[in-house]
Amino acid sequence: MSAEVRPIKTATETALATNFAAVKRALPGAAAVSALRDDAFRRFEAEGLPHRRVEEWKYTDLRAIMREAKPLAGVPDAAAKARAKDVLAQLPAIGARRVVFVDGAFVPDLSDLAHLETGLTISSLRQALAAGNRDLLTHLNHVVPTDDVAVALNTAFMGDGALIHVAQGAALAQPLHLVFVNAGREPAAVFVRSLVVIESGARAMLLESHVGSGTREDQVNAVLELKVGDDAHVDHIKITGEGAGAMHVSTLMAAVGAHARFNEFLFTTGGGVARNQAFVHFGGEGTIAGIRGASLLKGRQHADTTLVVDHAVANCTSREVFKSVLDEEARNVFQGKIIVRRHAQKTDAKMATHALLLSETAEADNKPELEIFADDVQCGHGATSGALDEDLLFYLKARGIPAKEAEALLIQAFVGEAVEGIEHAGLRDALIDHVIAWLAARG
Amino acid sequence: MNLLEVRNLHVEVNGRKILNGLELSVGRGSVHALMGPNGSGKSTLAHVLAGKEEYVVTQGQVLLDGEDILALPADERAARGLFLAFQYPFEIPGVATMTFLRTALNAQRKKRGEDEISTPEFLKRVREVAGKLGIEQEMLRRGVNVGFSGGEKKRNEILQMALLQPRLGVLDETDSGLDIDALKIVADGVNGLRSPERAFVVITHYQRLLNYIVPDVVHVLSRGRIVKTGDKQLALDLEATGYAQYQEEMA
Repeated sequence: MSAEVRPIKTATETALATNFAAVKRALPGAAAVSALRDDAFRRFEAEGLPHRRVEEWKYTDLRAIMREAKPLAGVPDAAAKARAKDVLAQLPAIGARRVVFVDGAFVPDLSDLAHLETGLTISSLRQALAAGNRDLLTHLNHVVPTDDVAVALNTAFMGDGALIHVAQGAALAQPLHLVFVNAGREPAAVFVRSLVVIESGARAMLLESHVGSGTREDQVNAVLELKVGDDAHVDHIKITGEGAGAMHVSTLMAAVGAHARFNEFLFTTGGGVARNQAFVHFGGEGTIAGIRGASLLKGRQHADTTLVVDHAVANCTSREVFKSVLDEEARNVFQGKIIVRRHAQKTDAKMATHALLLSETAEADNKPELEIFADDVQCGHGATSGALDEDLLFYLKARGIPAKEAEALLIQAFVGEAVEGIEHAGLRDALIDHVIAWLAARG
Repeated sequence: MNLLEVRNLHVEVNGRKILNGLELSVGRGSVHALMGPNGSGKSTLAHVLAGKEEYVVTQGQVLLDGEDILALPADERAARGLFLAFQYPFEIPGVATMTFLRTALNAQRKKRGEDEISTPEFLKRVREVAGKLGIEQEMLRRGVNVGFSGGEKKRNEILQMALLQPRLGVLDETDSGLDIDALKIVADGVNGLRSPERAFVVITHYQRLLNYIVPDVVHVLSRGRIVKTGDKQLALDLEATGYAQYQEEMA
């Protein structure tokens, strides 16, 4: 008699199992990595795709959403690289160093790897996995341990990604821009895994963009493990910008050291379904973190931002500000959990989430959660949702500004409050340009 | 042809009748004061002229230069030279005053088929006008009216008017909440804009403002229509007698 509970598998779950069995020998990494993959896949099989009865996935039922498992993306051919090049040409030039991935694979000849600054190393995860890189294996899957199923799937299937190291005290002058482009002939499943280690006292700006043209129905699962050392200063901005046919699930696992400054920004305009998870762990005292984001959605887009901010030590400050602008039948989900552990006294955490509904049929779901076990802390959260202020619109129109332009000004101001939190002017401007482009496309 | 002709105007707000066959003719180059007790319909008239949508016109016409503007949206009316100085100007956090001014000016110019204003020319004009009104450059970098005092907000309205150069300025209780110094600055701003081509409708509850902006014509509004018209002496008489007689006449 077996005590094992086997949930009834959906066609997609079965297909994922078939795919895993078929490709696992071809995936990079020796025995240690392949054991990690097997463990992760077993974890996925035990749970299945997360669904609405799993609290963390309540509003984004992957079991219902994922009707099929796309085949794993192949190595990009010349045609795919050419298509990717066209997409890259349309990205705003922000003076960043580009590190480009096409269909999940690192493409050095589309990347800008010349004259790397002192202390900066950039390499391919695939190569590091294949070579059994010890540093990689030490950190991989350990930066912020989680039993999240999306992460488990990524661990099982991970193919390539960025492996970046910024040495102690190195101050990068130029932002790094990780660009992930989907450009294969057919829509595909892409599992990218990146590990970025910023050593103590270093300064780095990291922009991460996910793009794909038109109505491509790609399935993207991206994981970034980010280690921010003591006294380091790191900005990370992630742009989810695939077409409205794509499904995008991404997870940031960030471990932040003592007396560090960390600014995270999650910006979502793309994807039919986009789930952005951020697990941020404070591991040293005196750190200040801003975790912010904005989603601009239309049509039938569904975006879900799920945050777990873990104040595990005392004397840290975090500010969470999330804004969503929802047009037509779009839906935005925000789940934000702040945990303050028993010894994390003098924690100062404030979370705010605001939704702007531009149509009668748009929907915003806000779920803030505070779990506070310490007794000397300042924590708070606030959530609002509403329409554009008619009085303000009238004021602008009475000055000669047409309705659409007046709306755009107010929407930009609404999103701006979150964007203002980005310290690096170049990255901030890049995001504002995105907002303006979205508003212009709204017509 | 008068610059503004309001003919038999009937207006409802949320099913309540506010204006009752109002008639008003304003010629170019003149200043008309519109006085009346609270609830007589002064502000309603101002908002209907500017194009606020919640106000339902059930009857009548509003002609600007002989053209009925009632079907036009607020921004079109502004481009045609109508300006409403708000009684309670709104704060718009996140929209810098300079951006707001420039967007408004260029939107109006575009609708009139004119070129956008150049940056140096724009900055020069703003600096000039702001200087006269005692508005500091630092305030212009802030969000529209954000952190402004009541008096500063009113001065900012006059700044906008001076920059946009309307043909008809409607001032809705611009004097409310102003101390005497601020009142003088605002009045100077308005007087500086008086010209043979431009007209003003100055809505006020009190006679005081009219010492500084001297009207050519004074109207008394009660229960949604004009019940008496005279010259500036009428305002002084009202100051002495109050509005009671006009409310009784209507009762």
